Amino acid sequence: MHIDIDKDVCIGAGQCALAAPGVFTQDDDGYSTVLPGSEGGTGHPMVREAARACPVGAIALTDT
Amino acid sequence: MTELSDPVAFPQDRTCPYQPPTAYDPLRDTRPLTHVTLFDGRPAWLVTGHGVARDLLADPRLSTDRTRPGFPAPTERFAAVRHKKTALLGVDDPEHRVQRRMMVPSFTLKRAGEMRPSIQRIVDERLDAMIAQGPPVDLVSAFALPVPSMVICALLGVPYADHEFFEEQSRRLLRGPTADDVVRARDRLEEYIGELVDRKQKDQQPGDGVLDDLVHQRLRQGDVDREELTALAIILLVAGHETTANMISLGTYTLLQHPGELAQLREDPTLLPAAVEELMRMLSIADGLLRQATEDIEVAGTTIRAGDGVIFSTSVINRDETVYARPDTLDWHRSTRHHVAFGFGIHQCLGQNLARAEMESALHSLFARLPGLRLAAPAETIPFKPGDTIQGMLELPVTW
Repeated sequence: MHIDIDKDVCIGAGQCALAAPGVFTQDDDGYSTVLPGSEGGTGHPMVREAARACPVGAIALTDT
Repeated sequence: MTELSDPVAFPQDRTCPYQPPTAYDPLRDTRPLTHVTLFDGRPAWLVTGHGVARDLLADPRLSTDRTRPGFPAPTERFAAVRHKKTALLGVDDPEHRVQRRMMVPSFTLKRAGEMRPSIQRIVDERLDAMIAQGPPVDLVSAFALPVPSMVICALLGVPYADHEFFEEQSRRLLRGPTADDVVRARDRLEEYIGELVDRKQKDQQPGDGVLDDLVHQRLRQGDVDREELTALAIILLVAGHETTANMISLGTYTLLQHPGELAQLREDPTLLPAAVEELMRMLSIADGLLRQATEDIEVAGTTIRAGDGVIFSTSVINRDETVYARPDTLDWHRSTRHHVAFGFGIHQCLGQNLARAEMESALHSLFARLPGLRLAAPAETIPFKPGDTIQGMLELPVTW
């Protein structure tokens, strides 16, 4: 699985970092970003929940 | 979709402060959307299904710009100030996006986390004062209102010494009672923020509040003009204390009416974040998010026409039994993540992470410090807010 975040769409709600803090975080400007090394999704069960929790659909998951 | 013979009037008063109005019960059978009638006799769509609510709240064809002709007005007093520019929740993209992006760095999870020690200090001080005063006290005026009011003042850089003034104006802005009250309150807040901005502009040593940054950087650089800055400051100040105050007062009342769930929380404080989310879902205090369709929208086998008013009843949406099993039961162990109590889409609450930190700290410390906390009046006699505003307790007499 690959995680892509569209930072132009992100509104900084922080839902992804709240749902899956081991995978997502917020940068200094407040936009969501994937923690280094987690771009492949790490098989974390909460990644899909985090993508679904995003209020603006900024997180795209692609199965690799 | 099944149609009701007569559209329900919206909004209606709750009969129990933590339950949706009983008058909305028939709406559970007409999910995901139905027709309602507003105070002025105009019809509007009421969204009641969870999935459709999420889709529509994220749909750019629904506008939140209340200055648009035909935008739905739930009350006469809302109609009276519709023409005034409301920042963030009253503007659409791309204008909204610029405002939101300016504010986001001050409201991240990390920033809310950094504020936790100062929030805890405020909570502890208010509890010390309340305990020193002795029971019975009105928990709204002694605790639920001052805590978020002090927190937002510290964050924005607004002097808390002025709290009586801005709390009163916020109350009038949200609850009137008359349209004149709302217009005057809005004017007074504008004047107050204007003077505060003047003072901040003269500061040689700017403070570290969000408003100080806006004045000394954004205004100076021309990213924002004075009118927009004032509108932003008003919304942050009003939304920053009224909503959280209601969640603390109504959350406390709800917990006191659910001793079993309260006992679980006392035994295992790690349940607290889940409990706060579940309380957000159950209480749905902002019950009636307003939008207007800018184009025809096909949804759930029906067509919302361009110009139609669309209202989201968060209390009904958050009790959609296809998403939440036994939706009327308070349950710390369910997955509540996808509730829409903070809204959804680009306008989802900017201050939600700060609000979570405040609710966790306030509810935890209140019940930890006062193990004998209980209502000081029969539950059914304690007044709460009418249905046409943010829900919460008008007062909350407690003893311990």
